[in-house]
Amino acid sequence: MGTMFARGLKRKSAEDGEDVEGGLAGAQAMPSYSLQRQSLLDMSLVKLQLCHMLVEPNLCRSVLIANTVRQIQEEMAQDGTWRVVAPQAAGRAPLDRLVSTDILCRSVREQEGERPAPDAGDGHTPDLVPGLATVPSAQALRNPQSSLWEVDSSRENRGGFQKSLDQIFETLENKTSGSVEELFADVDSSYYDLDAVLTGMVGSTQSGHGSGLQAFSPATAAPPSSSCRSDLGELDHAVEILVET
Amino acid sequence: MELEKTWADIISTVEFNHTGELLATGDKGGRVVIFQREQESKNQVHRRGEYNVYSTFQSHEPEFDYLKSLEIEEKINKIRWLPQQNAAYFLLSTNDKTVKLWKVSERDKRPEGYNLKDEEGRLRDPATITTLRVPVLRPMDLMVEATPRRVFANAHTYHINSISVNSDYETYMSADDLRINLWNFEITNQSFNIVDIKPANMEELTEVITAAEFHPHHCNSFVYSSSKGTIRLCDMRASALCDRHSKFFEEPEDPSNRSFFSEIISSISDVKFSHSGRYIMTRDYLTVKVWDLNMENRPIETYQVHDYLRSKLCSLYENDCIFDKFECVWNGSDSVIMTGSYNNFFRMFDRNTKRDVTLEASRENSKPRAILKPRKVCVGGKRRKDEISVDSLDFSKKILHTAWHPSENIIAVAATNNLYIFQDKVN
Repeated sequence: MGTMFARGLKRKSAEDGEDVEGGLAGAQAMPSYSLQRQSLLDMSLVKLQLCHMLVEPNLCRSVLIANTVRQIQEEMAQDGTWRVVAPQAAGRAPLDRLVSTDILCRSVREQEGERPAPDAGDGHTPDLVPGLATVPSAQALRNPQSSLWEVDSSRENRGGFQKSLDQIFETLENKTSGSVEELFADVDSSYYDLDAVLTGMVGSTQSGHGSGLQAFSPATAAPPSSSCRSDLGELDHAVEILVET
Repeated sequence: MELEKTWADIISTVEFNHTGELLATGDKGGRVVIFQREQESKNQVHRRGEYNVYSTFQSHEPEFDYLKSLEIEEKINKIRWLPQQNAAYFLLSTNDKTVKLWKVSERDKRPEGYNLKDEEGRLRDPATITTLRVPVLRPMDLMVEATPRRVFANAHTYHINSISVNSDYETYMSADDLRINLWNFEITNQSFNIVDIKPANMEELTEVITAAEFHPHHCNSFVYSSSKGTIRLCDMRASALCDRHSKFFEEPEDPSNRSFFSEIISSISDVKFSHSGRYIMTRDYLTVKVWDLNMENRPIETYQVHDYLRSKLCSLYENDCIFDKFECVWNGSDSVIMTGSYNNFFRMFDRNTKRDVTLEASRENSKPRAILKPRKVCVGGKRRKDEISVDSLDFSKKILHTAWHPSENIIAVAATNNLYIFQDKVN
């Protein structure tokens, strides 16, 4: 059922990160490979946080998700799509939900025609950032070879909610009482409304490329549009947490 | 009788004992329920033995680890029976952290005629005791009691996923995400670490242990599977710490099939030796594979459990179903293998005829003595009358745990908090 749309997408220029295709009238818009990949990355990072419940997190699940995050980031680095984008980049209507991610489920061969061309734009080195940046200011980018788990020196700038992946594993390793509470100190349970979170995240990735950092910037930076979900109040609350007011 | 579904009643493990006379289930509430097969009466030769509740006991309680500020779930992850050596039955049950050895025994006599106690058990006034008598054993209604005989605690930092009794019947192993320990049944205050894959720097962790099992006949041999789809066969005679494997089983990845979910779906959720000890079976998210111990570079058989889910992996990742751990079992003669799926479906594969069948465990579809009707999932195009389309599958109804009687065609299927027992039709 998604194949018709997918074929249309293949012929479309991959430069444009957006997906709303006038030609596919009457059907739900199929986001581009870039956007879907970004959604997958965002979702994975949220999952890693959500797994810290009262009970010890499932280590196998955490490791598998973390490996997936690394894979995505490595591919983004190869594409050259990983770069800093000005947080104020406004744009079009945010996607309402995580739409069918049919493209991501298909094999590499099928995807070949859809993946974004390496970005030759602004001469930025395609650097890897441990994926959890929150602050809209420019992040120090790191060498793509550096380990996913390395501590970022600018971590102190981050919102309390976002902990790097290595911290998650450190937590599992040497738990001190209250460390789990620490991780969750700034998180309100309303944040667990995944749809609201992803709406804000995906909604701010208007430029498609290199939007990994922007994904976590305050949703207030992106102008709300009529197609935003009505529970913006909840989203604002989540935003406060991210920015650590 | 329609029972209300409660979280604590969700069955988390199912296991027949070595004769098939007993069937044990463990649930999320930490309880163990043991069913016993009715003796076939001489009058009704054709009436197959049914399984009735034999014993119920609370095996594990929820705990709180104050040092880490974390709860320890009471959920029973695995039950393994010991071979029967006397009148009593013994089983191991484990939650995430602690393994317990339980003795289940029958009592059908009780002593009567105590000197110092009266019939209700109250102490008698010593001044009234004028004669000496010896208590006599008299028959009573059968009582089955379960007593914890050993508690093997404080040996696992991570969550225990497997326990396996050695063929020497003196030792067993317990495996968590990163380590495997060897225990002697008699010794509870220490265990021997035989596998440790924890990296010095936890930040480098990319692979965990997902299941482990002893060889059914060679007491020095065991296998463990990983989240990267590999199986290692280890020999305890080679070295004390079995970090180096004797054999390494891995199927090369098909590069044309690679996606972001390739690694996750290759993670092995269960590994089981065949009864013969010549093969191992592994379950990953979409397939069941049979490996010959003598061939490490690829499985000898691969069976598709629900390949129609391959195009839905992203949704299944989103709702976490992709992390579901399905188990797999051999039948007594190693000719048929069985595993569960979604929508309360379970699948059987005949290794000889290469035929397979999909069956459903549900109250609506099975009345006692009714024959199970094969089900079919329609993957696209026109859906036939009896088929169910992929989008209609209920992913909350998953069959993760099944068991097969060691010698007969009797299977136990756990569907959330219901247990189904199916038997071969009697001619």
